[in-house]
Amino acid sequence: MQPILTVTELTLSIKNHLESKFPSIVLKGEISNFKEQTSGHLYFTLKDAESQISCVLFKGNTKNLARRPKDGDQVTLKAELTVYPPRGSYQLLVKEMQYSGVGELLLKLHELKNTLQARGWLSPSLKKPLPKFPKRIGIVTSATGAVIQDIINVLSRRFHGLEIVLNPVKVQGEGAAEEIAKAIYQFNQHKLCDVLIVGRGGGSLEDLWPFNEEIVAKAIFESHIPVISAVGHETDFSISDLVADIRAPTPSAAAELVIGEKSHYLKQLELCRQRVLHTILGSIKQYKHRLDSHKKQPYFTNPSFLLSKYALLIDDAEERLREVMTRTLTQRKLQLFGLQKQAAALKPTLQIQSLKARLQQIDKSLQATFLTQLGRKKEHLARLIPHLKSIDPKNLIAKGYCILFPEKENSAILSIKDLHLNSSIRLLLNGGVAKATIGEIVHD
Amino acid sequence: MIENETFETSYARLEVILEKMNSGKVALDESLKLYEEADRLISSCTKRLNDAEQKIEILMKQRNGDLALNESGQPQTENFATQKRSL
Repeated sequence: MQPILTVTELTLSIKNHLESKFPSIVLKGEISNFKEQTSGHLYFTLKDAESQISCVLFKGNTKNLARRPKDGDQVTLKAELTVYPPRGSYQLLVKEMQYSGVGELLLKLHELKNTLQARGWLSPSLKKPLPKFPKRIGIVTSATGAVIQDIINVLSRRFHGLEIVLNPVKVQGEGAAEEIAKAIYQFNQHKLCDVLIVGRGGGSLEDLWPFNEEIVAKAIFESHIPVISAVGHETDFSISDLVADIRAPTPSAAAELVIGEKSHYLKQLELCRQRVLHTILGSIKQYKHRLDSHKKQPYFTNPSFLLSKYALLIDDAEERLREVMTRTLTQRKLQLFGLQKQAAALKPTLQIQSLKARLQQIDKSLQATFLTQLGRKKEHLARLIPHLKSIDPKNLIAKGYCILFPEKENSAILSIKDLHLNSSIRLLLNGGVAKATIGEIVHD
Repeated sequence: MIENETFETSYARLEVILEKMNSGKVALDESLKLYEEADRLISSCTKRLNDAEQKIEILMKQRNGDLALNESGQPQTENFATQKRSL
């Protein structure tokens, strides 16, 4: 069973389909039923021999119109299709409108674009880079007018070191395209510059037309020198923009592009200068700071700090020395004391005393010994006395023995040899002495 | 900067110096030397960028639109300002 749609569903579906199918259309036709609302929006019907379509041109898009449209005008429109659901109608929202002739140009423009695209001339891979530091800048534009002045102003304001070579050309009207193309070739032929600006100021599509000519496109495409296209215009693009290596919205912008890299580097160099300066100053500051903090170190502010370690060592050494000295002194004192004692002990008087004492002792012991001995001797003697008495000569005499003595001497004659013939002798006998003379001597 | 050094090599050297100086690993003496070198490089690079005389010329053309050439076949130019005054 087929789904049942609401009117709105169907209308929205149509809207989606149509609007996405025709987002951008260029079409030509004749204006009829022209009406301007008080709002400023323009309403009309575009028709040809067999068909018609409603169009609206909002106020915002009317300011580029050369004049107010009227019924019967042949126009070329750039528009998009919209569906208006409340009325169930479709209409064209007109973006741009060109009057007859111009419409043809727009078509030509789009055709040429397609052709060039097909040829591959618009390929991004073919775009040449701009020179970084161009010295000579070629310009293809009119010698009169604001454009060349604008370019010179921009280039001179930023740099003093640039050569600008102008190839003066007609930029509109009959023969302009040929002149422009030729100028581009001339720059290439004589290698007159590093980069080329081709352009003119704003104007109508007709005015700008030379920049949409194939001959210019070809010259730009074949240029060995990088080309900047700078065409002030109302349409989306010019052919020269598309073929050029870079497009600039205005000639001044083109000039900025040319020196962009250079001024970028100048800026970078200035930045570099600031950075190195900043770095070196920072580094110096840092070292200075460190130096200052070193200066504040106690070693520098108070030199004795430097010595304190040694002072401590010295103190310590002194202390130890003192201890050692004290100890040694004490020892020596003690030694001395001992020696004194010894010395005192060795004093002569004392020695004498002690010797005396010893002597007395010896004396005593001698006496004791002597007495003992004496006693012993006495005893011995006493024992001898009886013995001696027993051998006493008187006792012998009593027993009949006599002792001879010389006449005048008292020592006894002990041997016959002491006797001489006729000598007088005395005879000690018991009871008295008798005198005798030696008559005879007989030796044994 | 030695004469035959390109702008690019000088500039690259400058970047190396900057990186070195910013690394903070360079002794003061060396960083002073680097600074001097950088200063020289910056000056010479800047000079190189500005190193040309400002000239604004306009190509002289014949009636038929061809360039007017001198005897050696080079296009003839005149000072654009002069030309402007004459207008």
